[in-house]
Amino acid sequence: MAKMTMVEALNLALRQEMQKDDSVVLLGQDIGPDGGVFRVTDNLFAEFGGDRVVDTPLAESSIIGMSVGMAIYGLKPVCEIQFSGFIYQGFHQLENHAARMRWRTRSRLTVPMVMRAPYGGGVRALEHHSESREAYWAHTPGLKMVIPSGPRNARALLVSAIRDPDPVIFYEAKALYRSFREEVPEKEETLPIGKANIVRAGGDLTIISYGAMLRPALEAADLLEQKDKVAAEVIDLLTLSPLDEELLVASVKKTGRAVVVHEAPRSFGAGAEIVARLMEGCFYYLEAPIERVTGFDTIIPYFSREKSYLPGAERIAQAARRTLKN
Amino acid sequence: MGRKGIKPADTIDYLSILDEDGNLDAGLEPEIPAETHLKMLRSMLLGRRFDERMLDLQRQGRIGTFPPIKGQEAAQIGSVIVLRDSDWLVPSFRETAAEIMRGRSMESVLLYYNGFNEGTIIADRQKDLPLSVPVASQVLHAVGLGWAAKYRKTDEVVMTFFGDGATSEGDFHEGMNCAAVYQAPVVFVCQNNQWAISVPLSRQTHSKTLAQKALAYGMPGIQVDGNDILAVHAATKEAVDRARNGGGPTFIECVTYRIMMHTTSDDPKKYRSEEEVECWKRRDPLIRYRNYLAKKSILSDKQLSTLEEEIKQEIQAAVDRAEKHMQELGNPLDMFDHLYADLPPHLRKQKEALTEELAGNQGEAHHG
Repeated sequence: MAKMTMVEALNLALRQEMQKDDSVVLLGQDIGPDGGVFRVTDNLFAEFGGDRVVDTPLAESSIIGMSVGMAIYGLKPVCEIQFSGFIYQGFHQLENHAARMRWRTRSRLTVPMVMRAPYGGGVRALEHHSESREAYWAHTPGLKMVIPSGPRNARALLVSAIRDPDPVIFYEAKALYRSFREEVPEKEETLPIGKANIVRAGGDLTIISYGAMLRPALEAADLLEQKDKVAAEVIDLLTLSPLDEELLVASVKKTGRAVVVHEAPRSFGAGAEIVARLMEGCFYYLEAPIERVTGFDTIIPYFSREKSYLPGAERIAQAARRTLKN
Repeated sequence: MGRKGIKPADTIDYLSILDEDGNLDAGLEPEIPAETHLKMLRSMLLGRRFDERMLDLQRQGRIGTFPPIKGQEAAQIGSVIVLRDSDWLVPSFRETAAEIMRGRSMESVLLYYNGFNEGTIIADRQKDLPLSVPVASQVLHAVGLGWAAKYRKTDEVVMTFFGDGATSEGDFHEGMNCAAVYQAPVVFVCQNNQWAISVPLSRQTHSKTLAQKALAYGMPGIQVDGNDILAVHAATKEAVDRARNGGGPTFIECVTYRIMMHTTSDDPKKYRSEEEVECWKRRDPLIRYRNYLAKKSILSDKQLSTLEEEIKQEIQAAVDRAEKHMQELGNPLDMFDHLYADLPPHLRKQKEALTEELAGNQGEAHHG
């Protein structure tokens, strides 16, 4: 097994799926000879050629709208939007078409496409390059919303997303692209979409997170163990929509306490939905109000101030302590 | 160094073969077999009569809002006739005649405009996309289909329709650009019917023609008399042949007119003159074509009245079938179907809740 960054692991997933299935084609800006601005498609142009690794004009609606047509035709397009902050110029193609073609035609036409995009803060990026707007997609009926938290699950989930019969929005945390390496097997691996993962077992409270926020959530669990002698269970959602409600409810029934962590703004964010599902699923098991640790309801600040914006281990641990007080 | 002119491209053509007074440019007259002529006439007539019948049904409250196509039959039938079954049609929302010619049933149209999802199911024999309501957004799907057809090394061609208003949308420009960059086999057919609801063409563009926009994207563009089915046929045949032979995309502007309202919810008297409408009624594509076929002895009066009667019965049968079918449809639980290949757990729960509510057990459904 090779130790890989998330960029390398995603590249492996794309390469192997392309080798296996010639209906898998990539399209996006600078994904050809340049290998993508984050190098996720590095060397794929050389291996598969410009017919399958397609540089597009600089136009997000074209990238997404063409993918819809290609998917209806029977291909499996995997398109890359260079930064998730630029998706909005193609938003309507996802909302109006990708998400509903199966539904409109009663499954006569389907859109098995994947839209990949880097999201989130923490890499000292320019304006419009650090947003975390996954809630848009999780709110849209007909789409699936996947966010991996590390190289190994990123690879497995991307393979699953490509093979999924429905459109999948695949957000990749920029902060995780090269921040650490993991063993990633050369042999094919998939993970089921719609299933969360308990990454650390514990009985005193449940910390729920995803994407780049999983690491500070785990650090907070360490802090709580060391300083407070508290055993936190940490859940990595991996898929936001459809949400693995069953796993969340089972964990909180056991612990009676929960903290939800994401870097997206708080109001109407994924946390709000998760809290609502927990209220519906295990209200009578709760020992304390559920806490949310999230980005603030501001525009994510330019990078000189983003550190204070993004949830960190200490802020998460403090929220956990508030739930434990009761 | 210095400042000098760059000649970007050539001009665009305007094509008219059969004018509103019945004058024919015999040199340009396309060679079309009598059988095809009759097929086209039948489709135009069916499109017209079905449109009129739908208006009656709408006014009687038997279907919901719909966008009439009256006056645009030549632009639709003259172009779609050129396609093969293996080609693709990517319509906007005012191409009912074209869709029916491609194989969509009238029943499906009636179901759609009466609020049933079953009206956007594409018939098995049709290789088309369902109509698209968000203006111009479908143009990019046509380019994606064309790209894929080329990738798979087929000779399929994709024809997409949109109106004059769509040429102001970004997706139109993006689609034209991408199709040209990839030399995708796409034929862009603009039904320039002069009005986008209440906004006239002069408020959509400052260009002299819409066709000239093609030049900026490096593809051929042509403006045709959209009420002249011979001109539409000739222009689209040229474009489809070119696309099929690897020559890339073409943009065709069919100059026509929306004789009726935008949709049945609209009242055009608020924004345009009766004189203007009357002037365009004299250019009726159906009358013009009928006279041409009569003059060529392809269509007799007797044949025409037989055809009218046949169509009337066909429409009546479709209305009867649709109204019967509607009574069997409409289970609200169907809204949960086909959202995903497999219904996820949260939607299963919601479906169960609605099931109970519909069964009259809503009291129980809310006790978790």
